[in-house]
Amino acid sequence: MREGVSGDAEPDIEKYTLKSEKHDEKDLHTIADEYEKSFLSVGYDPDESERSGSFLQLDHSVMCSKVLQEGVEVMSTTDALLKYPWLSQYWWRAVAAEKDIYTRQVDRKQTHGYFLRTLPGVKTTFPLQSCLFIGQEGLSQNVHNIIIAEEGSELHIITGCSVAHKVRSALHLGVSEFYVKKNAKITFTMIHNWAPEIEVRPRSGIIVEENGVFISNYISMSPVKDLQMYPVVYCRKNARATSQSIVYASDDSKIDIGSKMVLDGENSRAEVVSRSVATDRADVTARGILVGAAPNVKAHLECIGLMLSDVARIHSVPELEATVEDATLSHEAAVGRISEEEIAYLAARGLSEEEAAGAIVRGFLNVDIKGLPAALGEEVRRMIRMSADAL
Amino acid sequence: MLEIENLYLEVDGRPVLKGLDLRIEKGECHVLLGPNGSGKTSLLLGILGFPRYLVTGGRIVFKGDDIDDLTTAERVKLGMGIAFQNPPVIRGIRLGDMVGLCRGDKSGEITDETRVLAKKLHFTEEFLERDVNAGFSGGEIKRSEILQLMAQDPDFVMLDEPDSGVDIENMELVGDMIGELLHRKELPSKRTASGLIITHLATISGYVDVDWAHVMLGGRIACSGNPDQVIREVMEGGYEKCVKECQETQNQILRNIL
Repeated sequence: MREGVSGDAEPDIEKYTLKSEKHDEKDLHTIADEYEKSFLSVGYDPDESERSGSFLQLDHSVMCSKVLQEGVEVMSTTDALLKYPWLSQYWWRAVAAEKDIYTRQVDRKQTHGYFLRTLPGVKTTFPLQSCLFIGQEGLSQNVHNIIIAEEGSELHIITGCSVAHKVRSALHLGVSEFYVKKNAKITFTMIHNWAPEIEVRPRSGIIVEENGVFISNYISMSPVKDLQMYPVVYCRKNARATSQSIVYASDDSKIDIGSKMVLDGENSRAEVVSRSVATDRADVTARGILVGAAPNVKAHLECIGLMLSDVARIHSVPELEATVEDATLSHEAAVGRISEEEIAYLAARGLSEEEAAGAIVRGFLNVDIKGLPAALGEEVRRMIRMSADAL
Repeated sequence: MLEIENLYLEVDGRPVLKGLDLRIEKGECHVLLGPNGSGKTSLLLGILGFPRYLVTGGRIVFKGDDIDDLTTAERVKLGMGIAFQNPPVIRGIRLGDMVGLCRGDKSGEITDETRVLAKKLHFTEEFLERDVNAGFSGGEIKRSEILQLMAQDPDFVMLDEPDSGVDIENMELVGDMIGELLHRKELPSKRTASGLIITHLATISGYVDVDWAHVMLGGRIACSGNPDQVIREVMEGGYEKCVKECQETQNQILRNIL
């Protein structure tokens, strides 16, 4: 694991408080009303229409954990561990507790997080939704999430992380461990909507067992002080994994993200698609590693950056590593500005230069989200369009 | 509709057009022939006011006004439209979105109107979902450009080699649609749209009825006349011979008059 760009200051975890006022579950409706707009902007619908379950955590308090479909489990990981002693076997298996200071901090001072699970063979018709929200100034939110799709099940998740408008500075540490069992599928769509002084360190590990499918979509369009994450996906035999990320970095945002796909099971497949836009003084590092470590594996990495400012930076780091003979790994990386030819093409259809540039940026971020159920796919596409239109 | 007088045009500082004159009346369809590199495409992009195409002399008058100060978008709003020969791929902008934009609809929804028009150009609904020009075949590019023009419905239509790299089946469709864009089925007095078609091999003239043909050489219109005659001469003897004969005819006429 990389510890950020060398020489740069890491977040000072001691600066943030772990003392949080306890919020009462009874206040859920007041809170849902107060933050409705923020919740909706990260895909959390307080009305829970077309959802198979909900989890909402405000600061260190779980406000809501609700199941709306049989065969689905939603609760705080702390409660889940009390209920299911076997869950300890899943604790720190996909992510090492000693990985870095952030995982150690979550290990020592965990403040809930969500446990989501589908029982064997259960397929969610609607997505489960979750939201991790910070409403207290200077808080450190240290969640540990465990997500399990039991054999043959299908679990769709839409999750959002955000802060209240009044919060200027906060730290979000999030460990997420995903277990996709044999023939199971998880789709995980995560929307981040942070603020210019928030520091964020998610740490994720995903184990995709035989014939399993994992699809991750990540969207971040608002400024953030410092965000670094680098989920690692382990693909066993015949497993499929896709990671798509869409990042619009503005202001002084420092964003270092990427995915590592470890293809250690034969015939496994992986794809990483990353689109980043950097404007203002934003600094983006877009990483991707494909590791081909088993026979007949195949993976592709597409890492494309669009520069909109002379003082921004995009550092694209695509890496391929093969340890067996018949691994097919490929990548495509490009960083550039908006092409004059594209602007002219749109001008010839009646768009002003400004409108054309806007349309090109929106188009660039409009990645074709694949693998989601139709309604969720449409919802995510609509959210991407909405946030792109708001830029 | 369009009057170009003694036009000098530079592209990135390189002189391309050197005193070009051209006049296109309302309802007329002109074809422009000429060898590669003679400046045909530059003329179209100059008329559209593309940033790198700088007018250094002469003027372009469109619908009675000098358009020198207008941006490309403003010229398009006045009623100009173009079908490009090699349009760029734009990631994330679907063909259906482009058709909407051409109609002035920025909602990002693919409407029934778009679907009906697409069907006319033999595009499926799925095709409208594809990123514009991404992996399109030669014929698909031509049809997609014409689809966008039809959504835009301009008064002055410029087409840059609509007949290159198109198979016969597509060619008939392309010809029909250009005919429709230029109101060629109407009586001449009822036609309100005009066209300027660049063609390398004049194939298009077999599919669209044309009023005038011009040959461009050395940055000027070197020869103009009846399309059948001009095209025949170009096909038989090449551009230079056609221009030479054209000049001889002109001299003959002048001698007769004087």
